[in-house]
Amino acid sequence: MTAQLIIFFVLAGLAVIGAVSLIFQRHPIHSALSLIVVMVALAGLYLLLGAEFVAAVQIIVYGGAIMVLFVLVIMLLNAGVEERTNFSKLAATAGIPLAVALTAFLAATIAKSGPVTTGVRPGSVASTQGLATMLFREFVYPFELTSFLILVAILGALVLAQREKGS
Amino acid sequence: MVPTHYYLILSAILFGLGVVAFVFKRNVITIFMSIELMLNAVNLAFVAFSQAFGKLDGQVFVLFVIVVAAAEAAVGLGIIILIARNRQSLNVERVNLLKL
Repeated sequence: MTAQLIIFFVLAGLAVIGAVSLIFQRHPIHSALSLIVVMVALAGLYLLLGAEFVAAVQIIVYGGAIMVLFVLVIMLLNAGVEERTNFSKLAATAGIPLAVALTAFLAATIAKSGPVTTGVRPGSVASTQGLATMLFREFVYPFELTSFLILVAILGALVLAQREKGS
Repeated sequence: MVPTHYYLILSAILFGLGVVAFVFKRNVITIFMSIELMLNAVNLAFVAFSQAFGKLDGQVFVLFVIVVAAAEAAVGLGIIILIARNRQSLNVERVNLLKL
């Protein structure tokens, strides 16, 4: 077992534990912290895959910006412990087996298809420089469109969050 | 070298856990977080394939997914604030009418 495999299993274990913890924590702030664990573990996996820029963006945007937004909203709304509700019997009895079946089916299909062989020598792509070249050449129109998307999202968030006039 | 299908299996497991969280959680904010978890799982598959094929298209897609997730988080959390203000509760079972 090589060092890379060991690092992979440690990070994968962290990610899965974080995701399971997200489900079982009853307080939203604990769920948010578990999600941050998942994201940091995924950033480590991106580094292992040789995608340094994506790893940095994952930490900065997901771990930094999006999760701070979540934590801010949880604190702003003073979200307490999730209340237990009597949801339907069908969801309780069929939900977990079906969800496990979905995950098992996905994982089994991938495992059965075996290793992905493409004949490409691993680590042959110069990551960050090539990424910049692609982003500003082939994907320049989608890139420009995302700036419009962000503009619209800012406007939408402002319109939604402002108080109605006269209330 | 870690085989690519290890990453894909991890991605499938994380996606499945995201689906479970989406269905079982009762808090709107936690449901929203499970969507982020599913997006992250898909991102992992993108990067794994990008490395396997020696092409960077996958990583460019991941960047776009992250941008869309950020925009989605901004708008979605605005909606959640509205729900909390109008219903005085974050429980999705209380949000059973279209009219706010």
